[in-house]
Amino acid sequence: MNLWASVQVALIALRVNAMRSALAMLGVIIGVASVIVLVSISEGTKAAVEAQISRFGTNLLIVRPGSSIFGGRRGGAGSATPMNDSDALAIRDEISGVSGVSGEVSTGASVIAGNVNWPTRIQGVNAEFFDVRDWILDEGRLFDEDEDSASRRLAVVGQTIVAEVFDGASPVGQTLRVGGVPFEVIGTVEGKGQTSFGSDQDDIVFAPLSTVRSRLGASRTPTVRGAVSTIYVDVGPGERIDNVILDIQDLLRLRRGIEPGADDDFSVASLAEFIRARNETESQLGLLLAVGAAIVLLVGGIGIMNIMLVSVTERTREIGLRLAIGARPGDIRNQFLIESVILCLIGGVIGLGVGISGTLIYAEVGQLEIAVNPLIILLAIGASVLVGIFFGLYPAHRASKLNPIEALRFE
Amino acid sequence: MAAIPLISARNLTKIYAMGGEEVRALDGVSLTISSGDYVAVTGASGSGKSTFMNLLGALDRPTSGHLSVGGEDLSEIEPGNLAGFRNQMVGFVFQQFNLLARTTAVDNVALPLLYAGIDSAERREKAIACLKLLGLGDRLGHHPSQLSGGQQQRVAIARALVNDPSILLADEPTGALDTQTSTEIMAVFDKLNADGITIILVTHEQEVADHARRQLVFRDGRVLEDRS
Repeated sequence: MNLWASVQVALIALRVNAMRSALAMLGVIIGVASVIVLVSISEGTKAAVEAQISRFGTNLLIVRPGSSIFGGRRGGAGSATPMNDSDALAIRDEISGVSGVSGEVSTGASVIAGNVNWPTRIQGVNAEFFDVRDWILDEGRLFDEDEDSASRRLAVVGQTIVAEVFDGASPVGQTLRVGGVPFEVIGTVEGKGQTSFGSDQDDIVFAPLSTVRSRLGASRTPTVRGAVSTIYVDVGPGERIDNVILDIQDLLRLRRGIEPGADDDFSVASLAEFIRARNETESQLGLLLAVGAAIVLLVGGIGIMNIMLVSVTERTREIGLRLAIGARPGDIRNQFLIESVILCLIGGVIGLGVGISGTLIYAEVGQLEIAVNPLIILLAIGASVLVGIFFGLYPAHRASKLNPIEALRFE
Repeated sequence: MAAIPLISARNLTKIYAMGGEEVRALDGVSLTISSGDYVAVTGASGSGKSTFMNLLGALDRPTSGHLSVGGEDLSEIEPGNLAGFRNQMVGFVFQQFNLLARTTAVDNVALPLLYAGIDSAERREKAIACLKLLGLGDRLGHHPSQLSGGQQQRVAIARALVNDPSILLADEPTGALDTQTSTEIMAVFDKLNADGITIILVTHEQEVADHARRQLVFRDGRVLEDRS
C-alpha cells in the first residue's frame, strides 16, 4: 500500500471526526505558535542589542569625572575635577592593552557656509578618535596629531552637515564658519544613523580638540589646564576589558591623589559589558520561555497520543476488518502513524501561521524590528512531524498488534 | 469429473488456553472441500464452527494438524504473508456487514484492492463493476447509513468478491436480516456459486443451510455429520 493511499485513508479518517481532530490539534497549534513567537522575539531582542553594541563600539571604555560635578554640590572643591589631556596621554602610554585614546570636548554652535546657517554640535577630538569611535572616512582626509597640537582650524563633517549645509555637494576644501571662526573642511565621515534614543549622530562637526578648546571655548576650566569632558579608550582586540578597567582606575586614583579606601571620583564605564550583561539575563529568560513553549508542545503531543489511543479503540472493528481483507500489520501501523503525523502537521502549519502573525503583531505594537527566521519554519514543521511520530508510534503499534478475530468481535 | 480438493484439513486441532484451562475448539478435524462446492457449516455455539472458519480464512493458526487451501499449506506460510493470502484467496462476509461508516459504497468495496496495491482508477473501476453485478449500480456514492440492511450486505459481498477470490467465507451472513432480505441474499450466494465460486457459510438457520449442497454439522470440535 503506497504512501499516497495511506495519506488519503488518514485524511478521510480525520475528516470523519473533524471536531475531535481540531481539538487534538489545538495543543500542537498553541505549542508551535508559542515556540515561534518566543524564539522570534528573543532573537529580535538579541539582534537589537548587538546592533546597539556595534554602534557604540564593542571595546569602548568611557572615562568621565565623578557625578558630583553634574549633580548637586556633594563633594568639596576639586573632588570631581575634569579629566585633562595628560590623563589621556597617561592612559595611552601606561596602560597595556589599550589601542587608542582620545579626549573629547564639545560645544554647540551655528555653522555657516555660503548663505546656509545651521546650528549643530562641534566635537573637539584627538586624531585617534575616529578609530576609537569607529567613524569611517568617507571623503577627503582626517587630521593628524601634529595638526591637533598646532590647533589647526580643520573640520571633518558628518553626513547630515553635508546634506543640510552643503546641499549634498562635496564640502572638502570649502570653508565652514563655526561660531565666527573659519575652518577648512578636510573630510567627511560615513553616516551612523540615529542613536537608540533618536538623536542624529551624523549632525556633527569634528575638529582638533585643542582648536575647539582654544577657539570656541569648550570645556575651558580656570582650575584645570587642558581639560576634556570625556576620555574614550579603545581596548585592543582579545584584551580583557575588566583588567584594563582596573588598571585605568588604579592609574587615575594615583594621578588624582585619591586616598586608599576613599571612593573614586570618576567612572570608567564599558557600555558593551553593560549591554551584554543585560542581554545575558534576557537570553536566559528567553531560554526559560522557550523551554516553557517546548513543554506546551510536549503536552500537545500527549493530547495527540490520547486521541490516537481513543481512535484505535473506537476503530477496533475497522482494524479487524482491514486485517481480514488483506491489510498487513505494517499497513495498519502506517495508517495510524500517518494520521498522527498529519494531525500534528496541520496543527504545526496553523501554529506557524498563528505564531508568525503573533510575532508581527508584537513587532508592530512594540515598534521592534523582528524578522521571522526562515529556519523557524523548518523548525516548526520538523518539530510537529517529530511530535506526530513520537506520540503516534505507541497507538499505531498497538493497532497493528490487534488480533483480527478479537478485533472483529469487539463491540 | 473428479473435483480437485480446494481445501484439505488433516487432523486439524485448535486449543485455546482460557484462564489456565485448555479448550479444544477443534479436535482433530479431517475433511476435504472441492473447488466449486457450496458448504454450510452448522452447530451449536462453541461447537468449533467459527474456529474452523477463522482457520480457513487465515485469521488464526492451528495448534496442530495441517490445513491446505488452494494448494498452500497454511501452517507453513510465514505470518507476514498471511495478509496476502487473505487478500487474494478468500473473501469474508460478516453478520454485521462491517462496512466503514461515512465511506461510500464504492470506497468500501475498493478497500481490499488498496491493500493489493492496485492504483486508484482501476480500484474504482473494479469496485463499480462488482457493485453493478450485485444490483447496486444506482447506490455507488451512498454511505452505509443510507442503505438498507440487505443493500449493506450486498456491498459487503461485493467487497468480498472484488479481488476475485477462490473462496467466499460467510459468517452468519443473514443473521442480521429479516426473512425476505435473507432470501434475497441467499439467492445472491446461489447465483455466485452457480458461477463457479466456492462458498462456505456458517449459519444456525436450517433454511439457510438448505441452500448448500453439503452440510457439515460441528459438535465439541468435531464434525458430527457430513451430509451431501
